[in-house]
Amino acid sequence: MSVNKLKQTVLAVIAVSLFLASGTALADYALNLTEGVTPTSHRVYELHMIILYIVTAIGVVVFGVMGWSIFHHRKSKGAVAHQFHHSTMTEIIWTTVPILILIGMAVPATKTLIFMKQTGDAEMTIKVTGYQWKWKYDYLDEGISFFSALHQDSNEARQIDSGIDPNTIENYLLEVDKPLVLPVETKIRILITAADVIHAWWVPDLGWKRDAIPGFINDNWTYIKEPGVYRGQCAELCGKDHGYMPIVLNAVSKEEYAAWVEEQKAEQIEAASGSDREWSMDELMEKGKTVYAANCASCHLPEGQGIEGLFPALNGGAIVNGPVSEHVNIVLNGKNMMPVFKAQLNDVDIAAAITYERNSWDNSTGDVIQPSVVKIAR
Amino acid sequence: MSYAAVHEDDHHDHKPTGIGRWLFSTNHKDIGTMYLVFALIMFFVGGAMAMVIRAELFQPGLQYVDPQFFNSMTTIHALVMIFGALMPAGVGLANWMIPMMIGAPDMAMPRMNNMSFWILPFAFTLLLSTFFMQGGAPAAGWTMYPPLVLQMGDGFPFLIFAIHFLGLSSIMGAINIIATVFNMRAPHMGFMKLPLFVWTWIITAFLLIAAMPVFAGAVTMLLTDKYFGTAFFDAAGGGDPVMFQHLFWFFGHPEVYIVALPAFGMVSDVLATHARKNIFGYRMMVWAILAIGGLSFVVWAHHMYVSGMNPYFGFFFATTTLIIAIPTALKVYNWVLTLWQGNIHLRVPMLFAIAFIFTFVHGGLTGLFLGNVVVDLPLSDTYFVVAHFHMVMGVSPVLVVFASIYHWFPKMSGRMFNETLGRWHFWLTFLGTYSIYLPMHYLGFLGVPRRYYAMGTTDFIPESAQTLNATMTIAAIIVALAQLIFLYNMVISLRNGKKSGPNPWGATTLEWQTPDTPPKHGNWGDELPVVHRWPYDYSVPGEEQDFTPQTVPASEVPVGRDHGVTHG
Repeated sequence: MSVNKLKQTVLAVIAVSLFLASGTALADYALNLTEGVTPTSHRVYELHMIILYIVTAIGVVVFGVMGWSIFHHRKSKGAVAHQFHHSTMTEIIWTTVPILILIGMAVPATKTLIFMKQTGDAEMTIKVTGYQWKWKYDYLDEGISFFSALHQDSNEARQIDSGIDPNTIENYLLEVDKPLVLPVETKIRILITAADVIHAWWVPDLGWKRDAIPGFINDNWTYIKEPGVYRGQCAELCGKDHGYMPIVLNAVSKEEYAAWVEEQKAEQIEAASGSDREWSMDELMEKGKTVYAANCASCHLPEGQGIEGLFPALNGGAIVNGPVSEHVNIVLNGKNMMPVFKAQLNDVDIAAAITYERNSWDNSTGDVIQPSVVKIAR
Repeated sequence: MSYAAVHEDDHHDHKPTGIGRWLFSTNHKDIGTMYLVFALIMFFVGGAMAMVIRAELFQPGLQYVDPQFFNSMTTIHALVMIFGALMPAGVGLANWMIPMMIGAPDMAMPRMNNMSFWILPFAFTLLLSTFFMQGGAPAAGWTMYPPLVLQMGDGFPFLIFAIHFLGLSSIMGAINIIATVFNMRAPHMGFMKLPLFVWTWIITAFLLIAAMPVFAGAVTMLLTDKYFGTAFFDAAGGGDPVMFQHLFWFFGHPEVYIVALPAFGMVSDVLATHARKNIFGYRMMVWAILAIGGLSFVVWAHHMYVSGMNPYFGFFFATTTLIIAIPTALKVYNWVLTLWQGNIHLRVPMLFAIAFIFTFVHGGLTGLFLGNVVVDLPLSDTYFVVAHFHMVMGVSPVLVVFASIYHWFPKMSGRMFNETLGRWHFWLTFLGTYSIYLPMHYLGFLGVPRRYYAMGTTDFIPESAQTLNATMTIAAIIVALAQLIFLYNMVISLRNGKKSGPNPWGATTLEWQTPDTPPKHGNWGDELPVVHRWPYDYSVPGEEQDFTPQTVPASEVPVGRDHGVTHG
């Protein structure tokens, strides 16, 4: 009997000290919330630490009294049960004390909340749109717009039976093909929405996350103090590849940012001109392979096998081997869970993907779909 | 009104044998047993799903199942554990104990009682059959947020109908409990003489009646959105996807208390009995239960801080959340003071009950982070949340259910369980679950999102996270195996346990005062018990025994004390 009681006491001590340790000693071993790099994240971190200390204190008192009772007031110690069943004074005190503690925490929290909502005087605005399963970034002031999806290396390694050891891949599942680039020391307004289902855009170093909801635009802001690469993830379950749509935020100096903007604008002009020229089969197949991997493979799978009952197989599929116009139509306009790709991809990308699908695996229609065909069909 | 006639029931006492005894049972004790057995089966089914989840997360790069199936596992694990294990376990114990605790021969509506149980196996057949359908089992999380849930395959309508059935069963059960307690109390069993378990179940029953229809309505709207062209939750058709979250959590938060309140009641009774001391602040406890029940309907949006609400709206829900913390804290203080200067017998049920206070306080304290509208923002949808709700509404009620089963097993079976096996079961379960969920809080601090099939490896998700994940998986396997000890203990003790006698713990409440152990159909024989005092007269000075049953008349109490009688 007594061994068990001893265990109980030891356990109480372990429980309390583990909770204590979280705030102090273990902080160096990366077990705590990140402090982040924005004024908001610092405030959130401070509030978090206040609560951590309060909670630790309450835990010590409650578990302490319990431990004392269990140890000293048990049968084998010859304890005699006392007869008290209520005490008005005690009850008043222990109702008042938690109320004061709770108000003490609510006031700074509300202040921070209002601080976080002041998006008015932002210097620039970007729009973040969640898609299954990638992010789209629109720089509303610059007219720049692109998708950001899981990096090819991670995407290959994460396939079932890929045979690739994830430890060999740098930033496994946390690297994207094209990161979001933002300037430091700038108040940036971030509008968040979604195109299909609910996602949540979350970079821990910014100190908050926010749901991306189709039909809604959520308004936020940030002000990044230090340049660096900040990583994040989708935080609201959005389907089978919820874990495969990371966020990479590349915070750079204002000068670097300006240079990057110019570069992007030039690239977009070049890409737009692509739909006017004639493309060869090889060019389209090569481009189609990357477009397919980034946009189609997560549902229809890398070899076009599909998933029975959810996503039709493209390998040997009726539409892929049927008339070109129907194939183009479904890619452009979507159907059921199939996204509306005309809102996501340019003519060259769509033409390349369709050409690739019609001439890969067991499919060999020999069709070459030119970007101009897609442009007309839009 | 509360003087039920026992004699009318006598001619029903022809016991059907074999399967008929269970299929057509109107005996509250048999139905209670079926609920408990069903809950135990579902506990193992849900536990097996948890094992798949933990196996997948053991190391990065492991791939036992595909991501869609993993999401089905997290979704169905939650539904099975909440609706299949925790709620039926609470209802099973209510079925067994409430008629006996209030001195009634049976439930008020025995046939409806039978029906509310037998709906459950059908509901879960519907739910679990979705694994064999095109598109697999629902994989949109147990919260079923649209638009994602509308992308599910052929299993989707089966999920909705399973929920309708579960709601039906719960509402019938709730009506039955209310009718029983309000109309069938023994002579002089006033409301303020009810054991706290009965009190918590009254409030729980009202919560069920108020919350379940909202849930049923919300999922029906999902059904019509998918199949009948409505757009309740589709922004493109003028609907609002966030509206579903409001409706869901208007049900979902009271649901937390539907699971937790009966546990509060059971633990109060177990603590008082094994500490040989009256429950501290009985009246306060009753008011706290009422307050928690009422407030549970105005805190729902604290589950939705990251959905992007008006800051004043968030402030309102943060405030109500803090207010509900106060009656909850009161209950904890009262439990602790019940232990204080008691005469604590550390028997197996008591170990589980004390462990509950630890896990519940732990879960309650982490709730202070999540209830805070600002601090919640980095923690929402991470493993911190998973750790918090498992601690507070997973582990805590499960510990109490175990405490209750050990506590009432002698009354239910007339035999004692094996104490040594019970202790092994306790220590492995308690230390094991702590080793799972304590590290999980740190995963949340580190920023590991929940419902992730696979995890990355970088500075952002550091080495420490992988160590924690591996540890948790090993602990989970140990906890799962420990439950087999419980199963074995129950089976051998039912056959070979030594006779317990009618009241082995020396308890005061009515269920321990039945003329037969285990009680016969009708519980009380020819005469209903008469109640003379409140349920917690332990260690009354001047008494020979350290407990005075509720049936002992006031005149037998020595002069010089005023407790008990005045306290009802």
